[in-house]
Amino acid sequence: MTGMVTSRKGISLSRTWNDKETRSVIIQIVAICLILGFFAYIIRNAYINLEAIGKGFSYNFLWQPSSYDINQHFIEYTSRSSHFRAMMVGILNTLLVAVCGIALATLLGFILGVLRLSRNWLTNKLAYVYIEYVRNVPVLLHILLVYGVIVHSLPVPKQAISLNEGAFLTNRGFFMPAPVFETLFWIVPMLILAGIGFMMWFRKHARRVQDETGHHYPVFWIGLGVMAGIPIVAYFILGAPITWDIPELKGFNFKGGMVIRPEFIALWLALSCYTAAFIGEIVRAGIVAVDYGQTEAASALGLKRNRVLNLVVIPQALRIIVPPLTSQYLNLTKNSSLAIAIGYMDILATIGGISLNQTGREMECMIIVLLLYLALSLMISAVMNWYNNRIKLVER
Amino acid sequence: MQQETYKPGEHPDLPPPSNTIGPMAWIRENLLSSPTNIVMTALSAWFLYEIIPPTLEWVFLDAAFTGENRDECRAKAAGACWAFISERFNLFTYGFYPHESRWRVDLSFLLLLIALVAVLWDRAPFRKQGLYFACAYPFIAGWLLLGGYGLEPVETDKFGGFMLTLVVGVTGIAFSLPIGILLALGRQSDLLAIRLFSVGFIEFIRGVPLITLLFVASTMLNYFLPRGTTFDLLLRVLIMVTLFSSAYMAEVIRGGLQAIPKGQYEAADAMGLKYWTSMRLIVLPQVLKISIPGIVNTFIGLYKDTTLVIIIGLLDPLGIGRSSLADTKWTGLSNEVYLFVAIFFFISCFGMARYSLYLERKLETEHKR
Repeated sequence: MTGMVTSRKGISLSRTWNDKETRSVIIQIVAICLILGFFAYIIRNAYINLEAIGKGFSYNFLWQPSSYDINQHFIEYTSRSSHFRAMMVGILNTLLVAVCGIALATLLGFILGVLRLSRNWLTNKLAYVYIEYVRNVPVLLHILLVYGVIVHSLPVPKQAISLNEGAFLTNRGFFMPAPVFETLFWIVPMLILAGIGFMMWFRKHARRVQDETGHHYPVFWIGLGVMAGIPIVAYFILGAPITWDIPELKGFNFKGGMVIRPEFIALWLALSCYTAAFIGEIVRAGIVAVDYGQTEAASALGLKRNRVLNLVVIPQALRIIVPPLTSQYLNLTKNSSLAIAIGYMDILATIGGISLNQTGREMECMIIVLLLYLALSLMISAVMNWYNNRIKLVER
Repeated sequence: MQQETYKPGEHPDLPPPSNTIGPMAWIRENLLSSPTNIVMTALSAWFLYEIIPPTLEWVFLDAAFTGENRDECRAKAAGACWAFISERFNLFTYGFYPHESRWRVDLSFLLLLIALVAVLWDRAPFRKQGLYFACAYPFIAGWLLLGGYGLEPVETDKFGGFMLTLVVGVTGIAFSLPIGILLALGRQSDLLAIRLFSVGFIEFIRGVPLITLLFVASTMLNYFLPRGTTFDLLLRVLIMVTLFSSAYMAEVIRGGLQAIPKGQYEAADAMGLKYWTSMRLIVLPQVLKISIPGIVNTFIGLYKDTTLVIIIGLLDPLGIGRSSLADTKWTGLSNEVYLFVAIFFFISCFGMARYSLYLERKLETEHKR
């Protein structure tokens, strides 16, 4: 017995390796050394290379004038503004197309999902063909195609298609009247906000009352009345305090009013239609995954068909739908960087495109771009995780 | 009238009522069963009527298939001008690959077909040899396309068209699966350093768009290499595309790893299998089987993403099409180009999706309820 113990004391390579604890420590140390060594190597290379061409690493260029124009900007911007301001414009443009895209893609996606479940053979197959076509063709191709159709097939401003009073469809974009708010107008948005606040409280209240007494309020109709009805009435009582600035044809283009640029329309429509196809399949799968027994049980309790959907099927389907939906939202946001192919000025096209080429600061610009996209992705993930936690099944 | 009598339970089945069989019943059941249903059918039919005849007319009936330039096409017919595509067909297929060496591209397409048959069809003749061949295929094709060792060398900036799509797609597919498996195992590993590295890598790659990674590859990768060395743009793109899709692959595989019951891992441990053996023999076969839909979706995504290379100046079919449109002879024919490229991608991606469905059904071993 003692002999065995002493023989264990000797240090042998194979024994050290066969010990699980020691082995894991050795592997980790080697891995850390390799990773750190790799980073040290590339950072050293970058340092030497930058030194050799005399560039250094600095973000001072951000405050120099950018000297390029951006046609769609929500904050004041001219070609004399700084690169930093150009970047802010780019961020806002990315956010705009991402938010609009997510909204439209969700709407279209839910419609497609429901159509895919339709008992009508023709509708069902139409939705299927749409989904399969869109999913199997690259999104960049969709963007270029929609952009090509807008630019080549729509008329020039002189022969604009007039949709309504003051709204024109041309290959330079969609022109429409811009609202000009008069002094008393601020009351209307305040009423809408107050309505939303009231509804958030009222929904909780209605749920509590229903849990306690079984009495059911028509929450949707009351909500519509409070949030939309009261502001509309107020708007007319105040004497419709909005005037419209109508675009007019001057020379070769329209002046005044509001314009939605063809780049934005193309990117927005293409991204939404593309992502909607994926969302449609997710919605379909989610609804199918709810056991049919649930529907039957709810009907047996005497719930009407729309109540069955709203109270039983959809809450359960949402739990399955939300996680993959999140990754579709992330994909849409990341795909919005393809804007650069049609000249929509988003993050990548401003700071990672023209600014990069003008200043030659590849490293600094690309680091900003990567960090911005990472931040955006994390934000969307955080919001969707919060939502997912709210709706998920509370288990013991 | 003689009534036949039967003992209880011996009466032969009566035919179904005539209003529940046949095409009319099918139409009534599937298209006209309720007022909503009738409205839906009418709307769909109206939609089809609006879409299909004009499309058919544009694509086939009113299209010009021959012609020297755009104006000649337009003079012949108001629809599509396919003469453009047929004139540029070689450019779309081979890019700027030298004429006298194009047989090498053809040969590698042919070999790809053989390798695919061996991989995808489990009753193919000589399947075992075929699988060995498929493993060697990326290297054989690399030699054929790049040249050297007895063949005329060809620079990668001559690569283009469908050939470029296949090069990027096949390389990405071949290498992203093994790297993805390693990353997924790393993410589940007990070793903290390995786990942190895998998580960091996967989340970073998944947090940024592919196009920014391609920008990194094309603009700033040179800074990270020793001074004076530079390497091929296509190779950088291949590396980035592979790393990008391996991060997504890793998440798909991780889903599979988490779906395997813990008992399987414990049983493998109890058998005394070492980590890699138990992974290879017990865990991964099950994981890969249940992850097939996700894996194929990642492949399809990668394949479609190969079009992004046009933004950093490589000429895949879309890029060839766009640069051909700049030719004054053929200006303004973007719809034809995009439709042509779309059909190519649709066929490849839809094919992959259908194959994955077939594979799923074939490998289904659980009892259906």
